[in-house]
Amino acid sequence: MLLIRCPYCEEERPELEFRNAGEAHIARSANMAGESDDDFEKFFFIRSNPKGIIYERWRHIHGCARFFNAVRDTVTDKFVMTYKAGEPKPSKLPGAVK
Amino acid sequence: MAKAAVKANASSAERRPARAGRSVSARNVKVEVLPPAERMSLRAPEASVAALSKALGLTLSKSPKTSASKAGRTALWLGPDEWFLIDEAGKDLLADCAKVSALHSAVGISHRNVAFAVTGPAAAAAINAGCPQDLSLEAFPVGAASRTILGKCEILLLRTADDAFRVECWRSFSDYVFTFLSEAASDAAA
Repeated sequence: MLLIRCPYCEEERPELEFRNAGEAHIARSANMAGESDDDFEKFFFIRSNPKGIIYERWRHIHGCARFFNAVRDTVTDKFVMTYKAGEPKPSKLPGAVK
Repeated sequence: MAKAAVKANASSAERRPARAGRSVSARNVKVEVLPPAERMSLRAPEASVAALSKALGLTLSKSPKTSASKAGRTALWLGPDEWFLIDEAGKDLLADCAKVSALHSAVGISHRNVAFAVTGPAAAAAINAGCPQDLSLEAFPVGAASRTILGKCEILLLRTADDAFRVECWRSFSDYVFTFLSEAASDAAA
């Protein structure tokens, strides 16, 4: 079983307590009615689906019930790091090769 | 006449708690249903915590996986702005919160939950049959509390002593949880 660090509970918890909530850092337009169809399609349907590092929203639903963001590798399934909702995308990942 | 009718209704509306008085004993573990208690869900921002603590008569904990307890009243930290309060003495939690003018949301959920006591040297082993958390005394000391899962359903877990836990679940899940814990208790005893 994976252990996922919840930034609100400040410890690693079993994955069964968590639920994925899609890609993170997708900003909703402040003027939704003024969006063009193409822009709306991009916002609403198009996801990056990368091979490698992905930024996702997760929810500790059977714990503190808070949403947070996680950086995960889609190839190895490993969680690189997690951080609180609302915080900016981390510019440097721990243990990043380069 | 009307008064008599009201009285008759009041006595016929006797509450029958789910699984009242049931218990299962296995070697080293005992699972029993706890008597009804007053319960409340409390949501409040940081700024209101001090005022609410004062009104409730206990200090609401601000650190994860902890609880505070005083005179039969227990406050479990569930989230950064969420607490679950249990009053086993039957005192009205909502009335205490009603006096507070600071922003908060207090919802009475006394009859939503059913509580079980899991006690004995193998209590942690019995709960671990369906709960993936580390229940060793280092990771989950006495007083530790958390929302988590047991098998397929969500529970609240509170460690009341080295070898005793309080398990709270929703009333409609109580049959599942009691059966699960009973099976787990006999497995843990084996």
